[in-house]
Amino acid sequence: FSDSASDSGSNRIEKILVANRGEIACRIMRTANRLGIRTVAVYSDADRNSLHVKSADEAVRIGPPPARSSYLSASSILEAAARTGAQVTPLSGSGIFSECLVSENRSYGFLSESAEFAQLCESKGLIFIGPPASAIRDMGDKSASKRIMGAAGVPLVPGYHGNEQDVDTMKLEADKIGYPVLIKPTHGGGGKGMRIVQSPDEFVESFLGAQREAAASFGVNTILLEKYITQPRHIEVQIFGDKHGNVLHLYERDCSVQRRHQKIIEEAPAPNISDDFRSHLGQSAVSAAKAVGYHNAGTVEFIVEHPVTEMIVGQDLVEWQIRVANGERLPISQSEVPLSGHAFEARIYAENVPKGFLPATGVLYHYHHVPVSSTVRVETGVEQGDTVSMHYDPMIAKLVVWGENRAAALVKLKDSLSKFQVAGLPTNINFLQKLANHWAFEGGKVETHFIEHYKDDLFVDPSNSVLAKEAYDAARFSATLVAACIIKKEHSTLKENLPGSNGLLSVWYSSPPFRINHFASSTVELEWENEYDISSSKLLTLSLTYKPDGSYLIETKENGYPGLEVKAEKLGEHEFRVEVDGVIMDVRLAVYLKDHTKHIHIWHGSRHHHFKQKVGLESSDEDESQHKPSFETSSHPKGTAVAPMAGLVVKVVVKDGTKVEEGQPILVLEAMKMEHVVKAPSTGYVHGLQLATGQQVSDGSVLFRVKISGCNALLSRNAYMIGGAEHMMEFDDSEKLCLADVTSKLVVNTKLSE
Amino acid sequence: SSTSWRPSVTMAAIHTRDYSFAVLPDAVDRTSEAFSHNSKSMDALISDLQSHINKVLAGGGPESVKRNRSRNKLLPRERIDRLVDPGASFLELSQLAGHELYEESLPSGGIITGIGPVHGKLCMFMANDPTVKGGTYFPITVKKHLRAQEIAAECKLPCIYLVDSGGAFLPKQAEVFPDKDNFGRIFYNQAVMSAEGIPQVALVLGSCTAGGAYIPSMADESVMVKGNGTIFLAGPPLVKAATGEEISAEDLGGASVHCKLSGVSDYFAHDELHGLALGRNIIKNLHTAGQGHLRSGRQNRNIEYEEPLYDPRELRSIAPADHKQQFDIRSIIARIVDGSEFDEFKKLYGTTLVTGFARIFGQPVGIIGNNGILFSESALKGAHFIELCAQRNIPLVFLQNITGFMVGSRSEASGIAKAGAKVVMAVSCAKVPKVTIIVGGSYGAGNYAMCGRAYSPNFLFLWPNARVSVMGGAQAAGVLSQIEKSSKKKQGIKWSKEEEEAFKAKVVEAYEREGNPYYSTARLWDDGVIDPADTRNVIGLSMSACLNRAPEDTKFGVFRM
Repeated sequence: FSDSASDSGSNRIEKILVANRGEIACRIMRTANRLGIRTVAVYSDADRNSLHVKSADEAVRIGPPPARSSYLSASSILEAAARTGAQVTPLSGSGIFSECLVSENRSYGFLSESAEFAQLCESKGLIFIGPPASAIRDMGDKSASKRIMGAAGVPLVPGYHGNEQDVDTMKLEADKIGYPVLIKPTHGGGGKGMRIVQSPDEFVESFLGAQREAAASFGVNTILLEKYITQPRHIEVQIFGDKHGNVLHLYERDCSVQRRHQKIIEEAPAPNISDDFRSHLGQSAVSAAKAVGYHNAGTVEFIVEHPVTEMIVGQDLVEWQIRVANGERLPISQSEVPLSGHAFEARIYAENVPKGFLPATGVLYHYHHVPVSSTVRVETGVEQGDTVSMHYDPMIAKLVVWGENRAAALVKLKDSLSKFQVAGLPTNINFLQKLANHWAFEGGKVETHFIEHYKDDLFVDPSNSVLAKEAYDAARFSATLVAACIIKKEHSTLKENLPGSNGLLSVWYSSPPFRINHFASSTVELEWENEYDISSSKLLTLSLTYKPDGSYLIETKENGYPGLEVKAEKLGEHEFRVEVDGVIMDVRLAVYLKDHTKHIHIWHGSRHHHFKQKVGLESSDEDESQHKPSFETSSHPKGTAVAPMAGLVVKVVVKDGTKVEEGQPILVLEAMKMEHVVKAPSTGYVHGLQLATGQQVSDGSVLFRVKISGCNALLSRNAYMIGGAEHMMEFDDSEKLCLADVTSKLVVNTKLSE
Repeated sequence: SSTSWRPSVTMAAIHTRDYSFAVLPDAVDRTSEAFSHNSKSMDALISDLQSHINKVLAGGGPESVKRNRSRNKLLPRERIDRLVDPGASFLELSQLAGHELYEESLPSGGIITGIGPVHGKLCMFMANDPTVKGGTYFPITVKKHLRAQEIAAECKLPCIYLVDSGGAFLPKQAEVFPDKDNFGRIFYNQAVMSAEGIPQVALVLGSCTAGGAYIPSMADESVMVKGNGTIFLAGPPLVKAATGEEISAEDLGGASVHCKLSGVSDYFAHDELHGLALGRNIIKNLHTAGQGHLRSGRQNRNIEYEEPLYDPRELRSIAPADHKQQFDIRSIIARIVDGSEFDEFKKLYGTTLVTGFARIFGQPVGIIGNNGILFSESALKGAHFIELCAQRNIPLVFLQNITGFMVGSRSEASGIAKAGAKVVMAVSCAKVPKVTIIVGGSYGAGNYAMCGRAYSPNFLFLWPNARVSVMGGAQAAGVLSQIEKSSKKKQGIKWSKEEEEAFKAKVVEAYEREGNPYYSTARLWDDGVIDPADTRNVIGLSMSACLNRAPEDTKFGVFRM
C-alpha cells in the first residue's frame, strides 16, 4: 500500500467499532489486532457473553436481542462509537466496520447495505469502512443495481425491477416474464423473503408473504421479479476499489451449492470454467464497480465472502479494507494478483437437515474443531458452552481449506469435516460430508439445484434396506466403542475421586471390579439417534463383561453378531485409544445431560454417532405429576404437530376444533426471520390449539393435534375422569381441555335435571 | 501359571524395602510333580465350582427369566449391579445356598445377598429372585436372609432390601414360620437395626405379599415401582374370597395407592431404573454424624500398598491333592499379604501354629494359620497372639487346615484340653473383626480353636478342596466300627471282615458327602466357596466391611491356668 493519503496522520484509523457479531466480527478483530488497531464490539443482550464481545478491547451494549432494536439500530451503533471513540482518542479517526464484510446470509446483514447508515457515519465524521453511501444506495437496491449493471454491459436475467409494487401490477409482470418466477425483496439477501412461484395461481399468496418477510427483515418491503433459471450456477466475483479510482478483481468464487437459497459450500476459483470466461467475468465486475464509483471490497452482488478468495490470492482482505478506508492505494495491480491453488469453504450450521434444513437452536455442549493451520481456517463466533439462539443466524463456523489443486483441497475438506465435532444441537456436518464425497461434487458439477438434483444420494432413503443395515451396523459398532469408553471413563473417574472417606474404601473400586466366581458385567443401553431418520430410534443393549486383563467383552445379544474384545485407554478427558480385535483407533467422546437424558456423541475415523443413554434419574422429583419420563422417546401420538423450531407465532389460520384437511395451513411461525407454515399432519379436527399471534413457542413443543374425532367421542371416557384426578394423566393435554369442557357441560346438565 | 510370575517386581520391591527380612521366600517349586499334580486337581475342583455357579447365575431358568424381562424387570444381580457404584466390586455371599438341598432346585436359595458400596457407603443387599419359585421363602432362604442381616448388624451396614417375593413358601410353612430364627425374625432384625441407627431401605420392585409386606413397612424409607411393585397383606384372590371385593393388584396395593393414599411407601418410581436410582439417592442422603458406633474402624489403614510378590493364582497349586499331605501355610500367606511381608510372632515356639502381623490392602491384620496338628504350645501361642491383637484392635485372619488337637496320654497329661480351652476362650471373646478361610481340613476341636462357624467369625469362606467334619471319615469309621463290633460281641453276633469293611465304607462315604464344601455351603455353614486365587480379594473386601464400625473393647472370661 502506498501511504499517500495518510501523511497528515490525523485521519488514520486507530480504533474501529465492529458493527457486527459472530464469526465476522471475530474475523475483523483478528486482523485489527494484528495491525495494532483497537476494537470495539457492540452487543445485544443475547450476546453479552459471546465470543465477539470477548475478542474486543471494549464492548458496548446496544439493545435487546431483536436485530431491529440493536444491530440494525444506526443510532445505537453511532452512540456506541461516540462513547468509546471519545473516551479514548478524540483526535484519532474512528472506523465503523459494517456489513460489507458480512456473509451473504443477511440475517447478519444488518447495516451493511444501508446507504443511510454510511451517510450518517460520514456526517458524524466517522470513517465508514466500506463503500461510499452512493455506491451502497445504488448496489443495495437490487433494482437500481440491475439497471446500472445492465448499462455497464453485465449480462442480466430477465425480470421486473420497477417501482410499481401493487400486487396486480406485479402479477402482470410475472405473467409477462413467464413461470417459474423468482420473487425477491429488493433489499437484503440470503434468501430471506425469496419465493419461487411455479404457476400463476400461487403468485398472490407468495408475493404477500415475501412482502411481510422483507418488511420484518430489512424494513423495506419492495420486491423484484426475475425469471427463475432452473439450473444456474452462482458465481461471485471479488472486486476491490480504492479511493483513487483503482478497481481490480480477485477472481471468482462458485457458491452454487445451496439450500434454502443460502450457500453452504463455496470454492475458489470456480471449477470447470475457461480462463477466457474467468477473465471476462472479472472485467465485467470491474466495469460494474466503476459504474457506481465503488471503493472498498465488494462483489457485483455486494456480497463479500472472502475466505476462499483470500486463500487463493494469499491476501488479508480485511486489512485491505482498512487501508482503503485510510485512503491508501491498492497494493498491487490486476496483473500482479496471484492465483494459487484451490480453496473450499463449508458452512457449518446448527440446523435440522432432515426437517428441510430448518434452523436449530440449543447449547453447544461440545465444540471441538479441526486444528487450524496455514491451510485450514476456521472462522467461528462461538465457543463450547455458548447457546445458538433463535435471534440470529444459526451459523456455527466457516471451515476453509486450501490445497494445491481442487482434488487436494477436497481431500483436506473431507478430512477437516470429519474432525469437526459439534454436539448439543443438530448440525449439517454429516450432510456436508456427504456433499463433499458425492461423485458429482468431486467432478465440479456444481449448480444451484445440486442438492435437489442429487437428493436421492444425499438423503437417507428409509426404504433402502442395504443402506439402512449398513448404517445400523456402523451405529452398533460405534455403540460398542461408546460402551467401552464410558465404562473406562467411569472407572478412571472413580479412581481419581474415590467415594467414601479418604479412599479408605479403595479396595472396593479395583479394576476390574471383583465378583465371586464370575466376571462382573454391566449393561449399557443406548438409544441410537439416527440423524437422518428422527422418527425412529433404535435401542441398542450392550452387555459388557469385565475381563481380568482389563479388557471388555462387549456383546449385543443379537444373532449373527459376535461379541467384541475391546480394550480402552483413556488419553484425556474425552479422548481414548481403543483396541478392537487388534485394530487400534482414536476415539473422542462428548457427554452431556440435556432434558434429563444423557447424550453421548462419538467420533472415530470419519464417523460420528449420537446416542442417548437410558439412565435412572437420581435427582428427579418423586412427585408423579412433575416427573419427566426418564427415557423419552421422540415420538408423539399420531397427528401431533410440534414446533419445528423455536419461533414466534405470526398468524393463526384456523380456530381450535375446526375440521381440517391434511396439508391445510394451520398457523405460521417466524424464526430467524423466516416464515414457516405449520400444516395439518392429517385430516381431522384440530385439538388443543391455544396459540395466539405474537406468542413464543419453543423447539419441539406441541402446537396442536389433529384427531379423527371431535370432543364428543371423549364423552364415553368421561366417567373415568370424574373418578379421580390421577386418571387425567391418561389423556394428553388437548384431550384434557376437551374433557374439561365436557365435564362442565355435564355438571350443568346434571344441575338442570335436578 | 508360571507366565504370570513376576520376578522383576520381586527384585525391585526387595531393593527398595528397608526391612526385607520380613519378606516371605518363594518356597514353591513350580517344576515339581506335586505342583502340577496339585494344580490339575484344583483346576478340576474349580471347574466343578464354575459349573455350579453358572447354573445359579442363570436364576430360575430361561422361561421365568423371560417372563421377568417381559415385565421390564431386571434379574436380582443386575439390580444390584445398578445400585452399587458403577464399576465397584460386590462381595456376594453364599451363592450356592440351597444347592441340592431340596427336591426342586433353588438357585442361590432364592435370594441374592452381599455387600457393595453405594455413593461410597458400604451396604448390605438382600434381593429376592422372583424367577426362583416366585421369590418365596424356603427355610434356607430365611436362613440366608437372616445371615445377611446378622452381618449387617455386626458391621453396621445400611440394609437395602430389593423386594420381589410371594412371601413364605406355604408347603414348608412349619420350617419357615414359627421358630425363633424363622421368617418373623427378619422384621425383628429390621426393627432392632433401625433402633441402632442402621438404615433400613426397601425397594419394592415386585410383589410384596402377606408377611413380605412388612419388609417395606418396617423400612425407614421405601420406594415403589409403578406397575410392578405391590404391597398388600392379602392379594386380590384372597380379598375376593374374604370380602367379595373385586380389585386389581395395582389398585389394591400399587405404588399410587401406597405413595399417595396409605403412606406405606415414600418414593414413587415410574419404572425399575427410576426406582433403583431413587434407592441410590436415599443412600446418598444418609447422614451418621454423632453416631459414634457407626464410625469407621479403618483408621490405621495405609492407602498405599503393594501387591503380593508372588502370583495369587499360584494359590491354586499349593493345597495338596491328597488331604493327608501337609504344606507350609506361609506359601499361602505369601500370596495374600501386601508385598508378601509377614512379621512372624513366636516363630520358633509352637511351630505347628503360624502367627504374625501383615497388611492386606493396607489394613493391618494378625494372621493365624495351621502348620500341622495343634499341641499345647501351639494353643498357648495362639491364645497369646489373639490377646495381643484384641488389645491393639488388629483384625484377625484364620487360615484353617487343621485335623485337630494332639491326642494321647502324653498330650492329655500336658493339659492340652486346658490349652485348647484358652485359645477357644480367646477366639470367642476377642472383639476384633475375624475372617476365617478354610484352605484344607477343618476337623473337631481344631475347627473351634481356629474360629469355625460356631465362633461367629464375621466371614467364613471355603476353598473347593475344604473338608469340614467332626473328624476324618476314616477315623470316624474306625471309632464307629469299634463300638459296633463290641456291641455285636455283647449280643453274640459274629461280624465278618467283609461286613465290617462295608460298615466302614458307608461311614466314610457319609463323612465324605457331609464334609464336602458344597454340603456345607448349601446349608449356610459358611459364606461361600471361593476360588483360592480370589482369597486376597475376598479377605480384603470382608475385612473392609468388618471395619465399617467403631472398634470395641475386648473382655475375656476366666482363662484356666
